Amino acid sequence: MDRRDLDWYIDKAVQILVFVGGVSAILLIIGIFVFITKEGAGFLTTTFDAKEFFTSPRWRPTSEHNPTYGALALIVGTASITGLAILIAVPFSLGAAIYIGEFATGKTREILKVLVELLAAIPSVVWGFIGLSIMNSLIIKLFDVPVGLNVLNAGVILGLMAAPIMTTIAEDALKAVPDGYREAAEALGATRWQVIFKVVLPAAKNGLVAAVLLGVGRGFGETMAVLMASGHSINLPTSVFDSVRALTATIAAELGETAVGSDHYRALFTLGIFLFLITFLINLTADLVLRGIRKK
Amino acid sequence: MVEVRRSSTAHTGDVVSSSPVKLDVRNLSIYYGTRAALRDVTLDVRQNEIFGIIGPANSGKTSFLRALNRMDFFVPGMRVEGSIVLDGKEVQEWRNVYALRRRIGVVFPLPVGLPMSIYDNVALAPRLAGIKKKSRLDPIVERCLQRAALWDEVKDRLDSLGSLLSGGQQQRLTIARALSQEPDLLLLDEFSIAVDPVTTMRIEDVLKDLKQELTIVLVTNLVQQARRLADRTAFFLSGELVEIGDTAAIFDGQVSDDRTRAYVEGRFG
Repeated sequence: MDRRDLDWYIDKAVQILVFVGGVSAILLIIGIFVFITKEGAGFLTTTFDAKEFFTSPRWRPTSEHNPTYGALALIVGTASITGLAILIAVPFSLGAAIYIGEFATGKTREILKVLVELLAAIPSVVWGFIGLSIMNSLIIKLFDVPVGLNVLNAGVILGLMAAPIMTTIAEDALKAVPDGYREAAEALGATRWQVIFKVVLPAAKNGLVAAVLLGVGRGFGETMAVLMASGHSINLPTSVFDSVRALTATIAAELGETAVGSDHYRALFTLGIFLFLITFLINLTADLVLRGIRKK
Repeated sequence: MVEVRRSSTAHTGDVVSSSPVKLDVRNLSIYYGTRAALRDVTLDVRQNEIFGIIGPANSGKTSFLRALNRMDFFVPGMRVEGSIVLDGKEVQEWRNVYALRRRIGVVFPLPVGLPMSIYDNVALAPRLAGIKKKSRLDPIVERCLQRAALWDEVKDRLDSLGSLLSGGQQQRLTIARALSQEPDLLLLDEFSIAVDPVTTMRIEDVLKDLKQELTIVLVTNLVQQARRLADRTAFFLSGELVEIGDTAAIFDGQVSDDRTRAYVEGRFG
C-alpha cells in the first residue's frame, strides 16, 4: 500500500544527513574566510598601505612611535623556503612515484606505499625538531656558517615533508595511465625508460603538475617546522644561508602577544587573508588541472 | 638452427607451400604461475602467409602471441617453455629483447590511440629508433597511414589527438603504428572486436595487401574472418592445438578432429 514505512524515513534521514555533511564543508570555508576578513578589515580600511605592505621589508608592528607593516621580507621568506623545498621534493617524489608505480611489484610496492604514507603522517613539529637539532649542527659543520637555521634548513625540511604527499598523488596519476598505453609502447620495442619517458609521463602530465602544486600549497601553509628551522628573523635573503621569517610563522609567533582589535592584531589577520588567498588559488589551480585529465 | 619441415597434420596450402619457414614453434607451453595457458604446441608459420588462429575464449591464443614477441619479459609469473625460432634464431636467446620487438608489429584487441597527435603516434617507433629529422619522418608517417588505409581520412588533421579518433580509425592508426617499425612479422589479436563491420572489411583488405610484404599471424574469434583471410588455420581449444591445416580444407570439412568441425560449423564456442 502507499504508506511511508520505516525504510522511507531512514532513506530521507540519510539524505538530509549526507546533505548537511556536504554543505558543512562549504559553510566552514566561507565562515573561516568571513572571520579572518572581518578581523583584518579594520586594518585594511585604515592603516593598511598596499605599497608598504608589498614592497617594504620592514615589519615593525611593535615600534612605539612609528609602527610599519611591510610584509615583503615575510613573503620572500615564505617563497624562498617553498621554492627550495619544491626543488628538493620534485626529483625525490617523482623518482619515488616512478619506482613505486612502474618498477616495484608485489610486496615491495605495498610496503613502500605504506611507508610513504607513514612519512606523510609525521607531525610537523617533529620535522621542526629535526631541523632545529640535527640539520642545524649539520649545516654549521658542513658549510662552515655561523647559523644553521636558515633558508637551506627550512627548505630541506619542508621538501622532505612535502615529498610523501607529492609521491602519493604522483603515483595515483601514473596508475591512472591505462596499461594499454604501456603495452602498445612495449610492443613497438620501447625500453622501460622510453615507455615511461615518452608515453607514461606525458599521459600523466596533469596529475603530476597537480601533485607539484599541492606540494607548493603545503609549503606555503606549513608553520611549525618552518618557524623552528628558518631562524625566524626578518631578512631579505641573499643566499640560502640567510635566516628568514615566513608569513605563517609570523602569525603563529606574534598573535598570542597582541591585544585583540589592535592594529598589530589586525595586520596579522591581513597576513592571514593573503595566505588564505594564495593557498586557495594554488589548490584551485591544482584541482582544475586534475579535472582536466578526467575530461579527456 | 633452421630446419624446414612440414607440420605433421598440416595440409599445406598451394600459395605458401613452397615458402620458407618464418616461425618455427616447437613444444611450446605457457604457464601463469602453475596454471598452464598453452600446452605443447608445435606449428610453423611460413613467409608471406596469413596464419589464422581460431578458438573460443581462454584457449591460449593471446598467450601464444605474447610468447612470440617476448611479452613474458614484462608479465610477472608468465613462464614460457619450448622453442620459438624466428628466422633461424631462438627468440628466448635474443640478448636485446627490445630489438626483437621492433621486428614484430602487434595490434591489440582494443585500439590504443596513444594520447598524442596522429602524427606522433605513427612517428613514435621511428623516433625511438633514433630518427629525428622531420624530412625523414614525414614520408614514413604518410606511407604507413596509407598502407593502413587511414591517410585520406586524417591527412588534414595530423596534429589532432590520436585518442579522439573513432574506434575503427584508431585501430587503423594502431596498424599504421605497428607498420612504422617496419616489422617483418605482424601479430593481430582479435583486432575487429571494437570495430564496425565496414571498417573490419577495409582492414581485411589492407591485410591481404600487406601479405605481399610480411608475414601475418591473425588471432580471431570470428571463424569467418579466418576463412576469408587465412592461408592456413590452427584451432586452439583450452590451451591445446587441436588441429592445423589448409584453411580451405578445414572449412570444407576435411578435418581430423570432430571438435574442429563442430567449432567451425558454429555448434559451440
